Amino acid sequence: MTTEASRGAEAPPELVQLLTPEGERVEHPDYDIDLTPEDIRSLYRDLVLVRRIDLEAVALQRQGELGIWASLLGQEAAQIGSGRALTDVDMAFPTYREHGVAWCRDVDPVKLLGLFRGVNHGGWDPKEHNFHLYTIVIGSQTLHAVGYAMGIQRDDASAATIAYFGDGATSQGDVNESFIWASVFNAPIVFFCQNNQWAISEPLEKQSRIPLYRRASGFGFPGIRVDGNDVFACLAVTRKALEAARTGQGPTLIEAFTYRMGAHTTTDDPTRYRVASELEAWKLKDPIERVKAYLFKNEQADQAFFDAVDGEAAQLGADLRRRCLAMPDPEPLAIFDHVYSESHALMDQERAQFAAYLEGFAK
Amino acid sequence: MTIMSLSKALNEGMRQAMEDDPKVLIMGEDVGKLGGVFRVTDGLQKDFGEDRVIDTPLAESGIIGTAIGLALRGYRPVCEIQFDGFVFPAADQIITQLAKMPMRSLGAIKLPVVVRIPCGGGIGAVEHHSESPEAYFTHTAGLRVVACSNPADAYTMIQQAIRSDDPVIFFEPKRRYWEKADIDTDSTEWWPPLHAAKVVRPGTDATLLAYGPMVKTCLEAATAAEDDGRSLEVIDLRSLNPLDEPLVLESARRTGRVVVVHEAPVNNGFGAELAARITEQCFYHLESPVLRAGGFSTPYPPSKLEEHYLPDLDRVLDAVDRAFGY
Repeated sequence: MTTEASRGAEAPPELVQLLTPEGERVEHPDYDIDLTPEDIRSLYRDLVLVRRIDLEAVALQRQGELGIWASLLGQEAAQIGSGRALTDVDMAFPTYREHGVAWCRDVDPVKLLGLFRGVNHGGWDPKEHNFHLYTIVIGSQTLHAVGYAMGIQRDDASAATIAYFGDGATSQGDVNESFIWASVFNAPIVFFCQNNQWAISEPLEKQSRIPLYRRASGFGFPGIRVDGNDVFACLAVTRKALEAARTGQGPTLIEAFTYRMGAHTTTDDPTRYRVASELEAWKLKDPIERVKAYLFKNEQADQAFFDAVDGEAAQLGADLRRRCLAMPDPEPLAIFDHVYSESHALMDQERAQFAAYLEGFAK
Repeated sequence: MTIMSLSKALNEGMRQAMEDDPKVLIMGEDVGKLGGVFRVTDGLQKDFGEDRVIDTPLAESGIIGTAIGLALRGYRPVCEIQFDGFVFPAADQIITQLAKMPMRSLGAIKLPVVVRIPCGGGIGAVEHHSESPEAYFTHTAGLRVVACSNPADAYTMIQQAIRSDDPVIFFEPKRRYWEKADIDTDSTEWWPPLHAAKVVRPGTDATLLAYGPMVKTCLEAATAAEDDGRSLEVIDLRSLNPLDEPLVLESARRTGRVVVVHEAPVNNGFGAELAARITEQCFYHLESPVLRAGGFSTPYPPSKLEEHYLPDLDRVLDAVDRAFGY
């Protein structure tokens, strides 16, 4: 008799990996990558710097300077690997945790803090960086990304979009609709799912009975699982999927198998729902340590290099803190700004009334 | 001058907009070969191709979500929601994304997306095909909400909505799709601004405020009231957000009596907002409270009962009588 658990079961999932947790380089027939020592040092630097940005933001929240923060701890390789695969013409649609991708798109880290400090809902120009605003409602941005990709098709341009989302988002209707849309229109898009194993407190089993990358076949496009803590593999796999998208071969789903080493956000307490040994096991697969080990073993970097990166990170953290604290509060009348692009009678009326009201206190 | 039905006027308006601007796209379920279930997009795919008139998968959230993405890429999508009751799967994308994204971007993003929604009852349809969901959208900041009532307005307003850099929810009175009128398609000089209300029948004793399908009903009521010696002014609001408040208030002060008429349930309906605004700003000019004639506070009933549910000429006149009873 077929049991519930065995129905739909297939071969064990394959994982594309190019750099082991011990820092050993391994080959993969479909996904090789040619990286110079300088490339690898540069990837290492990005990984360390975004971890430092994240650490500083967590500290700022703990000290009451941010209302909340969504930490990327543990997901640096997935974000830097995929982010560095993008070219200038590609467009990225993030969730609210893609601080590493934002870094790759040259978004000033202090601008990420505006949303979490409560001074705005998103402080960068998406067009300037080809990096869309953070999207908080889970999965909504995947449809925006597909629509944008349909625009690329209509412009006859050679570019791709990448949509970021998590394991929990794969249960959302919008994400499934975006898969359908991308498939039937053959849209130039890469769906980049960071499966960090936890949707706040819910483990993956609450979202899916099959490995997430296998969802793609039901929608008619390829799915691939990559070691999300391996920056080489994330870079190689994303680069290939983006190139396929740009050359008219349609969408790809990438499942970056990773782990949220911290809390969902600073309001969360993961000790209520997961065991400490799980985190300890994943610490051995740390995305930064393996690159460091590789660089050491292969004598591609010396201690002076690592010290310099650490020094740069400390400087970046201090600078971010200083600029966060210097961020001005918005003026009260900013409430009415940009609600509409064109003049709007009700906005004008309420702005004037509120200005007069405030004026009353000045007298 | 060309005689056109309201649905044809929308079709011609969209055709003109597509000719004027290659970034204008039509998207929705069955909008291509079929021309939409009401034939409002008839022939557009044949003339503009499948890349510009897009038959979408059957998923409303997907229609609006991808339209947002297209708009981010510089396009101006005009989305058709097949029926009023089907807009709710798209409500999250409309309310949470479409309406708020420009503000969230501090003005860096503009989303010129039009969402066309055939609305209202009176066509003997099954459930979910006769609703009036306008209040959900007028309550949402960031959206513009308009409703055409006649062929000429349909022709001009759809073009103006497409040109707007803000998202526009565009209500079409489905039971008036077949109403006909003469339209001057050669000149734009006669076009009123998109957000201007219009006095469609001047009067002195009371003001009827309506939009979409109820404008015609109010005009008929005003004609009937004339026999009773009452002169009713009828205002077609045309735009619900923003509201042409000066025109409404001027009429209310002049006549002293106002009845708001809509198909949507009276309870928490758009009429409540009108009544509150008029009361606040015309208090000393009013001879009676602002009254409302509308649908009951029930789900839309089965079609055999809709004639009892929908405000008709008699229900409007009954409300007018009550206004004169104070």
